[in-house]
Amino acid sequence: MTSQSVSPVATEAALRAKNVSVYYGSALAVRDVNLDIFKHEITAFIGPSGCGKSTLLRCFNRTNDLIPGARVEGKAMFHGTDLYAKDIDPVYVRRRIGMVFQKPNPFTKSIYENIAFAARINGYKGDMDELVENSLRRAALWDEVKDKLRQSGLSLSGGQQQRLCIARTIAIEPEVILMDEPCSALDPISTLQIEELMKELESRYTIVIVTHNMQQASRISDKTAFFNAEATESGNKVGYLVEYGDTEQIFNDPREQATQDYVSGRFG
Amino acid sequence: MTTNSLPPDPNNLWRPNRGLNKRVEQAVIWLFGLFALISVATTFGIVLSLLFETVEFFKDVPLWNFLTDRQWTPLFSNPQFGILVLLSATFLTSLIALLVAVPLGLLSAIYLSEYASPKLRKWLKPALEILAGVPTVVYGYFALLLVTPFLQVFLPQLGGFNALSAGIVMGIAITPLIASLSEDAIYAVPGALRDGSYALGLTKRETIFGVVLPAALSGIVASVILAVSRAVGETMIVALAAGQNPRLGLNPFVPVMTMTAYIVQVSLGDTPAGSIAFKSIFAVGMTLFLLTLVFNIISFWFVRKFRETYE
Repeated sequence: MTSQSVSPVATEAALRAKNVSVYYGSALAVRDVNLDIFKHEITAFIGPSGCGKSTLLRCFNRTNDLIPGARVEGKAMFHGTDLYAKDIDPVYVRRRIGMVFQKPNPFTKSIYENIAFAARINGYKGDMDELVENSLRRAALWDEVKDKLRQSGLSLSGGQQQRLCIARTIAIEPEVILMDEPCSALDPISTLQIEELMKELESRYTIVIVTHNMQQASRISDKTAFFNAEATESGNKVGYLVEYGDTEQIFNDPREQATQDYVSGRFG
Repeated sequence: MTTNSLPPDPNNLWRPNRGLNKRVEQAVIWLFGLFALISVATTFGIVLSLLFETVEFFKDVPLWNFLTDRQWTPLFSNPQFGILVLLSATFLTSLIALLVAVPLGLLSAIYLSEYASPKLRKWLKPALEILAGVPTVVYGYFALLLVTPFLQVFLPQLGGFNALSAGIVMGIAITPLIASLSEDAIYAVPGALRDGSYALGLTKRETIFGVVLPAALSGIVASVILAVSRAVGETMIVALAAGQNPRLGLNPFVPVMTMTAYIVQVSLGDTPAGSIAFKSIFAVGMTLFLLTLVFNIISFWFVRKFRETYE
């Protein structure tokens, strides 16, 4: 089983992992990943727990920096620039590569401020009311909250909170949105709403989503990367990329047996 | 409903003594209730004894005079009891203490929770809390014998007893309270909130001041209000270092007498029980009690209203 990268020439790679390995302390978490993520596509990372898909995702906006002891080897590149080069400030990286987390994490502020806050700090000079409205509209939340913008973001339901988090992310207009299992804490109806939302956002943003839900990956993504994990002698699990390609190919005609087993529900 | 109605199983090896269990349980509930009652009854006893003596006091001194007189001269032949005099001193020393303790405590809390390495935090926080365990009489002497002479180098007009050094040292004394409680509140803000802020391209400073502190606001304010109660009720430091001169005004350089210092003076002196001066300490005590009660109610209300409930 080798990790391999498929690079169709049709579109430009927004993100590229070149021999990326991530360590937590001395433990290797993901080893030697090579893949390209293309502009204005939805790329899904699937695989069993502990296979390093979230870890890899967090490399792309340097969120791993926030975990003490985390270390990245190899190159994670954004439009050809090494994100881990010495002169790169992680704050600017995150400014352009946004992230939506597993559990909705709205700020303890009003719905309006949840969106306006980061935009203001990032120096947005336009009409704030308009930005808030547009962001909420694009996140398909406007109609539900337009009469209670002054209420706390925490007063919303889980699905609404997650859409609020997406709204605040798109308000600052990043190029890439990383989503770390954004629907795992949500009910099926909210999940469907978020999926529809992602389809709409695809034309403007590059989206990478980690998901445990294979139906979700096959429904929404253009490309799918399947990760697996193997145990080392010391008992740690090390994740690696098994197969990466068009979603249709991964689900209908996988090259690797492990992928076939996983997508057909035989393990994982 | 009872298990007794079921037919007994002769082979059953399990025969719990439900009857005894029930009696023991009842007894324990009564015992615990009694203990709870003791603390409540004690509080009521204190309030009632304060209340009775205070009522006695106000038979001699009209409440209006107590609230509006501008002199505090309990031992004069024509005594005057203007609580404003003692209140102004308490206000002054507490204000100085807070001006010291709030910035010091809050910045320590932010440092400990957000910047200190886990190892350093593990040592620094208990060390800070030890500061809270120093007996206040030690702080009092520290103010009188060290801080005042030191300040006199820069402020020659400063009296040997003064509100300034008493207030500063009291501020140092209550800093650990603010630092420790605020740190708890800041540390309790979920990491997910910080991650969310970083993911929007905000710096650490912007995250702390824009996201973390607002989320911890109720806990921080509660710690400050608790510190106010401590400052208002603090006795030894002000009794030792601030002086014993009842004086209306907010001049920090001269000796003043706080409410607590007055109670100490009369309690330790040879004021005969039953005299008007003796009764006056209960009226002052009642004022003190009401004041701290109000602060505690405000704190309680504030925490309830503004506490953020994370999932």
